[in-house]
Amino acid sequence: MTQKFRIENGGLINRDKKLSFKFNGKTYYGYEGDTLASALIANGVHLVGRSFKYHRPRGFFGAGVDEPYAIVQLYRNNETEPNIKATEQELFEGLEAKSVNCWPSVNFDIGAINNFLKIFLPAGFYYKTFMWPKSFWYRVYEPFIRKAAGLGVASTKHDKERYEHKYEYCDLLIAGSGPSGLASAYAAAKNGARVILAEDKPRFGGSLLTSDVNIGNQSGEDWANSIISELKEMPNVVVKNRSQVFGYYDHNMLVMSEKVSDHLPKTKKYHPKQRLWYIRAKEVLISSGSIERPLVFGNNDTPGVMLSSAAKEYLKVYGVLVGKNPLVFTNNDSGYETAIEFKKNGINPIILDSRVNPQSEIIDEAINLGIKIKFSHVVVAAQGYKKVSSADIAKISDDKKQLGTIENIKCDCICVSGFWTPTIHLASQSGNKTKFKEEIDAFVPGTSKQNETTLGAANGIFTLEETLKDSFMAGQDLSKKITNNDNKIPFPNVVEKKSSQHEKFWCVPLPKGKSYKRFLDFQNDVAVSDVEIALKEGYRSIEHVKRYTTLGMATDQGKTSNLNGLQLVSEIENKVVPAVGHTTFRPPYTPISIGAIVGREVGKHSKPTRKSPMHLWHEKNNAVFVDAGVWLRPRYYRQGSETLFEASKREAKNVRTNVGVCDVTTLGKIDIKGPDAAELLNRVYTNAWLKLPVGKARYGVMLREDGIVMDDGTTTRISENHYHMTTTTAQAANVLSHLEYYLQLVWPELNVNVVSTTEQWAGAAIAGPKSRKLLEKLFPNNDVSNEGLPFMGYMESDLFGVKARIFRISFSGELAYEVNVESDNGHFMWEKIIELGQEFQVQPYGTEALSTLRIEMGHVAGSELDGRTISYDTSLEGLISKKKDFIGKRSLNREAFTSSDRQKIVGVVPLDKKTSIPEGSHLVKDAKAPLPNKKLGHISASCWSVEHDNPFSLAILKNGKNMIGEKLFVMSPLKNKIIPVEIVSSHYVDPKGERVRS
Amino acid sequence: MLHIKCPHCGMRSQNEFSYGGDASIKRPELNKEISDEEWDNFVYNRKSLRGKHLELWQHLSGCRQWIKVERDTATHEIFNTYKADEEIF
Ligand SMILES: [Zn+2]
Repeated sequence: MTQKFRIENGGLINRDKKLSFKFNGKTYYGYEGDTLASALIANGVHLVGRSFKYHRPRGFFGAGVDEPYAIVQLYRNNETEPNIKATEQELFEGLEAKSVNCWPSVNFDIGAINNFLKIFLPAGFYYKTFMWPKSFWYRVYEPFIRKAAGLGVASTKHDKERYEHKYEYCDLLIAGSGPSGLASAYAAAKNGARVILAEDKPRFGGSLLTSDVNIGNQSGEDWANSIISELKEMPNVVVKNRSQVFGYYDHNMLVMSEKVSDHLPKTKKYHPKQRLWYIRAKEVLISSGSIERPLVFGNNDTPGVMLSSAAKEYLKVYGVLVGKNPLVFTNNDSGYETAIEFKKNGINPIILDSRVNPQSEIIDEAINLGIKIKFSHVVVAAQGYKKVSSADIAKISDDKKQLGTIENIKCDCICVSGFWTPTIHLASQSGNKTKFKEEIDAFVPGTSKQNETTLGAANGIFTLEETLKDSFMAGQDLSKKITNNDNKIPFPNVVEKKSSQHEKFWCVPLPKGKSYKRFLDFQNDVAVSDVEIALKEGYRSIEHVKRYTTLGMATDQGKTSNLNGLQLVSEIENKVVPAVGHTTFRPPYTPISIGAIVGREVGKHSKPTRKSPMHLWHEKNNAVFVDAGVWLRPRYYRQGSETLFEASKREAKNVRTNVGVCDVTTLGKIDIKGPDAAELLNRVYTNAWLKLPVGKARYGVMLREDGIVMDDGTTTRISENHYHMTTTTAQAANVLSHLEYYLQLVWPELNVNVVSTTEQWAGAAIAGPKSRKLLEKLFPNNDVSNEGLPFMGYMESDLFGVKARIFRISFSGELAYEVNVESDNGHFMWEKIIELGQEFQVQPYGTEALSTLRIEMGHVAGSELDGRTISYDTSLEGLISKKKDFIGKRSLNREAFTSSDRQKIVGVVPLDKKTSIPEGSHLVKDAKAPLPNKKLGHISASCWSVEHDNPFSLAILKNGKNMIGEKLFVMSPLKNKIIPVEIVSSHYVDPKGERVRS
Repeated sequence: MLHIKCPHCGMRSQNEFSYGGDASIKRPELNKEISDEEWDNFVYNRKSLRGKHLELWQHLSGCRQWIKVERDTATHEIFNTYKADEEIF
C-alpha cells in the first residue's frame, strides 16, 4: 500500500528502511524514524479511537507528549501495554496497535450513542446520576462505567521485562534539548561541570528541528547536531534521548524515565526495557519549551483538527502531510510558519487570522509566496464526522463578539494555533510560585524555590536570540559557581524572522441558533458548556471546577486544555486569570509505567532473602521452607508423602523422646563489649544483671518506654567485659537500634560498644533427653555433665578443630544446648551433629515443630509479644526487679496495667480434645449471645500437643489468672467455628521445668 | 527524597536514614521520682510543629550514628545537622 500522504523527499526519517506494522489488524508501511502517528497519517489514517465520554471519533491532535487523543493499546513481543501515545511510540518492524475505548470497532461504536444523548451528560453527570441508590454502585453503575469508559486494558500476565533504577549525581541537570537546553549544556560543559542533558524525544534539538532559523551560519538543525556531537564526546557530559524528566522532588532530586527499549521490536538481552534515574543535581535548568494552545470553536475535536505546530512537525521531521487541502486558523504568526511549509511542498493552504491587520516579516513572506490569507476571520465549526471535510468560517467583529455571514469552505484539516503555553510543570513541582505574564497570556515561573532556573520558551521567551543569550549565560554562570572555571563561549550570529504580537483571542462565539460542542479538554470531553454549568451551579475554586467537570484530569493532565479552561472561568467570573489561579502541577509530568517505578524489586527481589550456612543441607534433605522475616527457614523436613501436620508431629515427638536439631542461625545476635556492659544490660532488661558470673547465660525481657514488652532472649557473659546477646529473629534490627539510641543519646557516659554479629555465627539447637549423650560425642574433651555444664551454663570448646560456643539454654523445654560456630563452619557443624547423632535417632526439626514444642511448654514468642502485652500478660512479671530502674519501668504503674482483672496468658484445650483451634479466634462466655459478642480474649498460638496428643492453644485472656478451669467458647466467624473449650495453665508440659535442669 | 548531611559521613540520601522523632525530648533520669504528668510528657506527648524542628535521625545504612537534624517540617528545608553530643545554640 502506498503512503499517500508522504512527500517525495525531506524529513529526518530513514527512507532506506521500510517497516511494516499493523493497526486494528490492517498492515501498513512506514519508515525507520517514524512514530506510529506519523506512519498512520502518512497512510491517510486519521481515525484512531473514540473519546472517553461521548465516544466521538478521535484522530491526532499533537505530535508528542501533549497528545490528548491518539492513545492506543500496543502489542510488542507477546506483551501488551495500554495507554501508549501514538505520537510518542516509535515505529518498529512488526509493531501492532489497536484502538481503545471503542466497541465493537473504531468505525462503528455503540457508545457513540452518548454523543446524540449528550444533553444528558453535562458536567457533574457522573456525580449527579450515580449518587443513589447506593446499592446500585457495584451492581449497575460501576460495571456500566467500566465497560463504557476506560482507556486501555492492562495485561494480567507477569511482565517479563526488566526495569532498572539508577542513582546519579551531577552539577547541572538540563531538562530538554531545544535551543536553551543545548546552549546552557554547552556553556556549562565547557566550564568543566558535570552535565546531564535529557531529551524526551528520540531526536535532540527540540524546536530547532522544525524552525526556519540560522545559527552561526548553520541551519538550526545542523547547529543542534554539531553541539550534540561535541557534547557526546565530552567525558563530563551525559546526553540522554528518550528520557523524560518527570518529577522535581525535595532537595533537588529529579526523577527521569529513560525508555531504553520501547522503540525496538524486543528488548536486547541484558538490557532493561526502561530505566528510572534518580538524579541529585546541584543546579537544574528547565528548558522544557512550550506547547501550542488550541483555539476553541464548534466541533473542534473532529479528526483533522490539530495543532499547527504538530502539522509542521509531521511535515519537517517525518515528511508527512496531515492534509492536502489545509486550513490554518491562528491568532499569531506561528500558523503562518506552518502554512509556509505547506506552500514550500506544493500545497495551497488558506490562513484564517483572527487579527485585524497584523504585520510582520513572516506574514510578508506568506503574502509573497501567494498564500491566501483572510484577516479577521475565524473557524466557526468543523464539519465532517470521522474526518474534517469542510469548515464553516465567518468574519468576526473587532470586539470578537459578532460573527458575519457563515461561509462553508472545503478543507481536509484545520491547523490551529492559539499561541504558546510555557511548560512550567517542573518549576511548579519544585515549589516555584508561578506568575501570570500578560504579554503571552500564560503562567511563567516566578522566583526560584530550589536551585531551578527556567530558560527559553518554558520561561515565556519566544525569540531565539534572547533564548540563546540567556541560556549561554545561565550555563556559564551556574557552572562557574561550581567549577570556578570561566570559559567564555563566543555568542553565535542568529538569524530569525521577527513575529508580531499574538491576539488575546481563544474562543469563537456560537453563531445564533447553533449549539456546537466547543471542546476544552479533548481527552475527557469537557466542553465550554460544561464549565459554564459548573460555574452556574456555584463552583468557584478552579480546583473544584476541575474535579466537577474533569477538565485537565485525563492522562494528558490538561497539557492543551488548562489555560483555555482558565480563560473561560476568568471571562465568566469577570476575574483576571491570575486571580482564578491554576490547578496544582504534580509529578509525574507524563504517565510512567508501574514497572519502571517498581524497578528490580519484584517477586523474589522485592526484599532480600537470607539463608543460613546450612541452607544447602536443608534443601538436600527435603526441607520445605517458610519466610521468617527476610530469612528462609525450614518449616519441616518431609519424609515420603508426609503432610505438614504429620511431619511436624513426628519431628516434635522425636525431640521429646530422643533428640532433635534445629537451625537457629536466624536469631539476632549482638556483641556487647566495654566496662559498662553490665550496667547497660541492667538498664535495658527488667531483671538484674550486675551479678551474672562469667560463663553464665540469663534470660531477659526488655520493654519499650511505654511498658510494653519489646523483645526477649538470653544474654551470656563471655568474659569480664564481653557479653553475647540474642534477640528474636524479627526484632534483631530494632533491638540494635534501640541499644544504639540509649548509648549515643541518653547515656553517652556508658563505655560500651554494640555490634550485630547475627551473620558471624551459625547456630544449632540440640534438644531432647538424649542431647547430652550427643554432646559428649561432639565434644569428647569437655565435661558436659550436669555439673560441668549446668542449666544456663556456657563453655567455649572446639568441634573437631573448629572453634565453638556451647550454651545450655532451651526453648523447647527439654534438656537442650545451643552450639554456635563461625558461619563458614556451620555446614560442617550440622553434618557432624547429624552424623554423630545417628545412634541417638537424631532428626532435624523445622519451625513448625519448634512452635509446637514452645507452645505446649507455655514459652512466649512473637505471637504473644505482639506489641500490646506487658510482662504480666505473658507471665514474665517474675523477672521484674523491684530494686532497680530500667527502661519502661515508670510506665508499669499505669492504671490499666495494674488492674486486678488484667489479661494474662492461659492454655486452652477443646472439650472434645479433637477440634483444632484457629489462631486469632476470640474467646467468649456465651456463644449464643447477640452480636457484638463481648470478647474476653484471643487465641495467640495453636498446636497439636505431642505430649498429650490433643489440640492445645495459648491465649491472652482477660482476668486469665482467675480463669483456670473455666469453660468458655472459641469463636471464629471467619472459619465459621464455635468450639467449647476449657481454660488450663499455659504450662501444659513439665510445669515445674524439671527437664531443662535434668 | 531528602538529602541529609550526616555529620560523620557527609551528604547522603534519605533512604539511608531512619527517623527518630523530636530531638528536644529528654529522658527523665533513672531512679528519679517524677510525676505521672512528666512521664506522660516524655513517653506520649509530642508537638506536631509546622516549621523549624529539631529532630533525631539514625544513619542506619551508614555509620549507624544517631544525629540531630534541624528541618522545616513544612518545606523540608534542612538548616543544619549535628552530632548526637554536639552543643546546639
Ligand atoms: Zn553517617
